[in-house]
Amino acid sequence: MSAPDTVAGAAAALAAKECSSVELVRRALEAIEADPTLGAFVSVRAEAALAEADAADARRAAGDAGPLTGVPVAVKDLFCARGTRTTAGSRMLADWVAPYDAAVVERLRTAGAVLVGKTNLDEFAMGSSGENSHFGPTLNPWDRTRVPGGSSSGSAAAVAAGLVPGTLGTDTGGSIRQPAAFCGLTGVKPTYGRVSRWGMIAFASSLDQAGPLGHGAEDVALLLQAIAGFDERDSTSVEAPVDDYPAACGAPVEGLRVGIPEALLEQLDPAVAGAVAEVRAVLEDAGVRCVPVRLDHVEAGIGAYYVLAPAEASTNLSRFDGVRFGHRCADPASIDDLYRRSRAEGFGAEVKRRILTGTYALSAGYHDAYYRRAQRVRRRIRDAFAAAFSEVDAILTPTTPTAAFPLGEKTDDPVAMYLQDVFTIPANLAGIPGLSLPAGFAGALPLGAQLLGPHFAEARLLALAGAFQRATDHHRRRPGDAS
Amino acid sequence: LRAGAAPLSNAEPDTMHIDAAALSHLAELARIGLDDGEAQRLVDELEAILALVDRIQEVDVEGVEPLAHPIDLAQRLRPDRVTEPDLRERYQEGAPAVEDGLFLVPRVVE
Amino acid sequence: MSWETVIGLEVHVQLATASKLFSGAPNTFGAEPNRTASAVELGLPGVLPVLNAEAVRMAVRFGLAVEAEIAERTVFARKNYFYPDLPKGYQISQLDAPIVGRGRLQIVLPDGTTKTVGITRAHLEEDAGKSLHEDYHGMTGIDLNRAGTPLLEIVSEPDLRSAAEAGAYLREIHTLVRWLGISDGNMNEGSLRCDANVSIRPAGSGTLGTRTEIKNVNSFRFLEKAIEFEIARQIELVERGGTVVQETRLYDADRDETRPMRGKEHAEDYRYFPDPDLLPVEVEPATVAALRAELPELPRERRSRFVEALGLPEQDARLLASDRDTADYFEAVAARAGDARLAANWVLGELAAFLNREDLAIADAPLRAETLGDLLLRIRDETISTKIAKTVFEVLVTEGGEPDAVIDARGLRQLSDSGELERLVEEVIAANPAQVEQYRAGKGKVLGFFVGQLMKATGGRANPQQVNTLLREKLDGG
Ligand SMILES: [Mg+2]
Ligand SMILES: [Zn+2]
Repeated sequence: MSAPDTVAGAAAALAAKECSSVELVRRALEAIEADPTLGAFVSVRAEAALAEADAADARRAAGDAGPLTGVPVAVKDLFCARGTRTTAGSRMLADWVAPYDAAVVERLRTAGAVLVGKTNLDEFAMGSSGENSHFGPTLNPWDRTRVPGGSSSGSAAAVAAGLVPGTLGTDTGGSIRQPAAFCGLTGVKPTYGRVSRWGMIAFASSLDQAGPLGHGAEDVALLLQAIAGFDERDSTSVEAPVDDYPAACGAPVEGLRVGIPEALLEQLDPAVAGAVAEVRAVLEDAGVRCVPVRLDHVEAGIGAYYVLAPAEASTNLSRFDGVRFGHRCADPASIDDLYRRSRAEGFGAEVKRRILTGTYALSAGYHDAYYRRAQRVRRRIRDAFAAAFSEVDAILTPTTPTAAFPLGEKTDDPVAMYLQDVFTIPANLAGIPGLSLPAGFAGALPLGAQLLGPHFAEARLLALAGAFQRATDHHRRRPGDAS
Repeated sequence: LRAGAAPLSNAEPDTMHIDAAALSHLAELARIGLDDGEAQRLVDELEAILALVDRIQEVDVEGVEPLAHPIDLAQRLRPDRVTEPDLRERYQEGAPAVEDGLFLVPRVVE
Repeated sequence: MSWETVIGLEVHVQLATASKLFSGAPNTFGAEPNRTASAVELGLPGVLPVLNAEAVRMAVRFGLAVEAEIAERTVFARKNYFYPDLPKGYQISQLDAPIVGRGRLQIVLPDGTTKTVGITRAHLEEDAGKSLHEDYHGMTGIDLNRAGTPLLEIVSEPDLRSAAEAGAYLREIHTLVRWLGISDGNMNEGSLRCDANVSIRPAGSGTLGTRTEIKNVNSFRFLEKAIEFEIARQIELVERGGTVVQETRLYDADRDETRPMRGKEHAEDYRYFPDPDLLPVEVEPATVAALRAELPELPRERRSRFVEALGLPEQDARLLASDRDTADYFEAVAARAGDARLAANWVLGELAAFLNREDLAIADAPLRAETLGDLLLRIRDETISTKIAKTVFEVLVTEGGEPDAVIDARGLRQLSDSGELERLVEEVIAANPAQVEQYRAGKGKVLGFFVGQLMKATGGRANPQQVNTLLREKLDGG
């Protein structure tokens, strides 16, 4: 038989002793090694992963297996993993070995998963194409002349290319959902506070959340189950009960009300509109009621986001100063020379743009017109979602305005790049969960649809995704399948 | 939220946000050295970004409190206990310059 | 023209918590470099702050002690600037909604009068590390042990009018934070650090002059000297036709002068904004009420009780209430001895001199307050004289023991048996006929000779008053 390429499949095969973790991990390592041009990985933990796989097989043999014991996974290289290089896709941290584990890395280990490596990303999670990495771009496995989306570019490409069954990414303005859409995957951005941020290198602290990418709802549900939950090391972690996400994937959806924000869907790319229409039709067949819903001020979300995210980033990234860790320029003449050159050399163009934009938004004279105003708009948007969720159980939108675009197309036009996130950003501003699921194709390129829910309604989004995926096979398609 | 629409064409800013002097002030605050070509490009890019951002100026926010966190929760407090061991050697392993346990930097004059 | 000085102080107090403000790293002084700097203090990628509950409680206790409003909701903000001892490139501090709002503090001036100084606010923030400028091949060494130490920054109104008033205010803060047990107040270790904003204006003017800020003055004496220098400098400058520029100055104790600080010529743009890693802190009214109930009697309350209820002079009351250990000790002595003035004299006299000589804190005094009280009781009931009591005190502090046992073992009990004393007086008179002659010839001073002889004969145990009376009786009458 061919190796299972999904999280649920791998977990089931391991439980049924149809294969060993060592076999799965070895196959993953071979696949990664066989495809160096994809650019999905920054670091591969070959020896360590094999040793961990061996230990996982021993645990299973001893009857001591957890839900993910022996399942190979990879995490975005924004998460610290002790003893492993953790780069954030930046020259600044090109040689930095994390001295501790991120909370999600600990939790994956506790659940038994085997970390095979760290995936490529837009530098410091800033980007929507996977082209802003110091370690080179990641390619889209469906069409290698196109971008995989970003910033969790490697995490999406690695799953889509069949290198690992599941990965973790981070999502500040769409960085899990947009690459999931471009790569034909299911991806979840959880509620703000659902997953600990401890050990996740901060981009914009009030927006960042870690979440899973996988083929189908069950795959991301298994990973989310492992990483969700309260952590006392993160002041913004929420002490709320964690639902049974894998079970939720099979839960009934009949009678749920899904809102369609029709005003947002004007002038859509026809293929994208078609994908959304298909999701709507399938859900309606499953007994879901789709109704129009208003989302006032959401169109200003992108403006608020590109103030707030850079503002927070500009100060989160001040710690990269060449003093205690990370890149230091050669022969600094003074402390200011050390700062200026280390940061000039260590950061790439997009990171510098955002630091400078954020510095502007916080600086004297502009603070009220930009930073404070953006925070007020943010409240309006959160309130608009709260109002909408008093009428509907979930909201359906496209994930992205288009399918994956060609490499290089938007690299000289930051604003065009930023507009990629127009549908995903509002969820981060409101702190609500969002899920992107494979919803069809534009030619050979996958398209995504997005489901949004109220705070802590991840289980409901997974139920809707599960219902859709039981009726469709978009999530079972693989690059290179005869179409 | 017109994804396809180009925001710059229909929202021409009537004032410049950033000029070379302003950019060099920002770069100084952020301690990022810029060469001249980079600086000129950044002026244009930041100008375009701020034009996109100016969408927020159109929202009526009269009487709306700024929102700093998406979840309305109060800060949890930590019991006053020592939990962190001394891991100096591990933490300094990858440091750019260390001597006698100190991080070294070019001489700072007070 | 006569000038009025306007001074406001910003005092940074290191709080005596067990752990740091935002991590479980130890809050201790004097460790080897970077041994008490955890991942959080180093600002490693991915770390997050979690607020120390005890630091919040300490700030509230201070606020209550200065009769301030306690914020029900208080917010932490990032203050952004680059400095090598500031690991994250920002300090977590408070700008809007500080934990302690407007309050006031009564200070005692050198002439014994009191003055009420306004407290503008007090807020929590993290301390920075230290830059060590000893030569590391021409480099500076960064030690982040101090980073993350909880600080309470106390900002006064510009209510102080002289260097002496500023000194008195800083002393009162110093007394209060130790009294409340929220800081060790150790100035040598930087537990209390002070910045002074100083300006002058024509006497009677209602507007404020341009101020200069003197940074980091870490002793009472230097604070007063720095302010005195700065006042004189500003007056001389203005009287010569110059103007004061707003700037930050450093006090150089060796040269006794202030001078502009390098690199602080331009106003910084700190880009304060609420720290997104921390949520608003809600200070429950019930918590505040509980802390209020636990608040000890405060220095000013104790001072006035010492004066009004115990009848002590202002000066003694102030000295005894300068720290809680001394005040508690004194009260225990006074209660045992039943005489507050006598107790005050001994605590401020004999005991203070001994502690000073031995460089001991009162908490480490080798005799308990009750023991000293017992000793004073023996003065009061005339078992021993004050002079003998000092001898007993020396024995008690060096060898220990109980006053009565020491008195008996060494035969120090005062001779008040008049029969025995009378016999001794007669012996002395009989043995010294020449002096008797002189006395009777009108040389009254000779009486002192006889007293001395008697004290010698009794080993100092004679009651001096009784001796005098008896001598006069025998010499004048016989
Ligand atoms: Mg101290
Ligand atoms: Zn301060």
